[in-house]
Amino acid sequence: MTPAAQTPAPRATFARPARPVYRVTARRVLRSEWAKLWSLRSTWITLGLAALFVVAFGLIASFRYKTMIDSGRGVDLEFADATAVSLSAFGTAPGLLAVGVLGVLVTGGEYSTGMIRSTLTAVPRRLPVLWSKVAVYGLVAFTVGTGAVFITFVFASAIVSSTPAALSLSSAGVVRSLLGAGLYLALVGVIGTALGALLRSIAGGIAMLVGVMMLVPGLALLLPTSWHNDIGPFLPSNAGASMFAVDRQPHTLSPGIGLAVIVGWTALVLAAAAYRLVRSDA
Amino acid sequence: MIEARQLTKLYGDKTAVDHLDFTIRPGTVTGFLGPNGAGKSTTMRLIVGLDTPTSGTVTVNGRRYAQHTAPLQEVGTLLEATSVHPGRSAYNHLMAQAYTHGIPRRRVEEVIELTGLQAVARKRAGAFSLGMGQRLGIAAALLGDPATLMLDEPVNGLDPEGVLWIRNLLTALAAEGRTIFISSHLMSEMAQVADHLVIIGRGKLLADTTVHDLVHRVGGDTVKVACADPARLRELLGPDVQVAAGPGPEDLQVTGVSARSIGLAAAAAGIALFELTTTALPLEAVFLDLTRETVEYHGSVSLGESAVERTGA
Repeated sequence: MTPAAQTPAPRATFARPARPVYRVTARRVLRSEWAKLWSLRSTWITLGLAALFVVAFGLIASFRYKTMIDSGRGVDLEFADATAVSLSAFGTAPGLLAVGVLGVLVTGGEYSTGMIRSTLTAVPRRLPVLWSKVAVYGLVAFTVGTGAVFITFVFASAIVSSTPAALSLSSAGVVRSLLGAGLYLALVGVIGTALGALLRSIAGGIAMLVGVMMLVPGLALLLPTSWHNDIGPFLPSNAGASMFAVDRQPHTLSPGIGLAVIVGWTALVLAAAAYRLVRSDA
Repeated sequence: MIEARQLTKLYGDKTAVDHLDFTIRPGTVTGFLGPNGAGKSTTMRLIVGLDTPTSGTVTVNGRRYAQHTAPLQEVGTLLEATSVHPGRSAYNHLMAQAYTHGIPRRRVEEVIELTGLQAVARKRAGAFSLGMGQRLGIAAALLGDPATLMLDEPVNGLDPEGVLWIRNLLTALAAEGRTIFISSHLMSEMAQVADHLVIIGRGKLLADTTVHDLVHRVGGDTVKVACADPARLRELLGPDVQVAAGPGPEDLQVTGVSARSIGLAAAAAGIALFELTTTALPLEAVFLDLTRETVEYHGSVSLGESAVERTGA
């Protein structure tokens, strides 16, 4: 204890001659969110799992297809129209789940742990936090997703090179499809991030994500066929799938419209998340 | 400087903070007191904008907290509830906070050293003991080198060593001229560090005063007298002096007269005195008396049943 501490009487107002000038800027919030993302083990594990799912499922599907072709007994129904791209994209479904769950963790995890109080005390204007999280995680998910899909395609196309499914990177629509798959993964990641912020809970966010991406398409099948054909393509999961189809199937959207539809869904959830972040107490 | 003007917060139809007015002046240590559920934490959340007031305003150095370009440099905050991700190391947590303001790595290392976290800085915060967690919270509060520190129940749940550490740190920080706003539900704890007191109960302001004035207001110190003829002494002291009997048959509790005057009066009347002791009115009793009406959660046995009466009046 310093001697000064014993004389609490009249104190000078706190003033240090060379007090540094700090300032919150958009770039710094981005930097902070980047650091936060990579300083948690769950990020590495979940992203690793997402990449593993995409690559492993794609390669397994390719091997299976190759085996069926080689055996000469024809292929199963679900492999009938297979291409190297569709085989590579086999793992997007589990990949989406991993990417979406990490998206929920990015925001929902802050609420469940209380970290959000630190975050919002540092950036009390709040919205920059959401935009930064979305930008950082969206970019990371896109990079990991696209990377995994391209790697899968390189190996898958080698595996199925001598079959009717053979395609190369220079074939029409291949690069577009693969980028579409990566973009779809990124957008689902962003939807997860927005759901986590909107529902402020990991469990709620994941339940909602799984419900929308997996249960709703199943339920939509119960609708009368004509309704289903009209509504089905616009569900996030189907719109997303149409982004990486090389050949367009009936009752699906074109890749461009598919992208527009899923971007629309993303924007909607994001707007709701932003509204709740600004309007309600943390 | 923190200024609350008619600050009010309702959760549903429950009023957590009720038209609160107070000013935390620069360079003071202000204790923020109230029983559990009085609205202390809510008030602090309102100050840093985690909650929005239902009506009224609260400003920090003249502006709403969110309007500052570097909020962490205005007020350093330690909230009672955990505000750290358990999976992140102390160092990474502080770095993440520092990045938002462009606070250099050097400052992060400085606060780690100041709070004695060097040995555990790279460990996951989830593995921290309560005391370590509290140190991390204080490190985060000090990060922006703020002129004002706001700490919500910083000694809650700490062992005696931790309590001592925080008390010493606060005294040192106050000696540097920093404004400290610290909440507690323990009057005894506050009396040791605070020079100013803001006391609330059920969200309402009960007192905005100093420790000295508070004691004075409740009637000052009490003198315990044991004598041969308590009834006669009571008469001698006159009707204006507060006198209570007990605990023994020869005992009196006298408030408002000095021990010296009582001794002289007794000597003049020839009453033998066996004991004449001045007891400073325990602040805890003063506090209990002030907040008795407003305690949110009464136990089934009313322990608060006028501690002042028991010890004093």
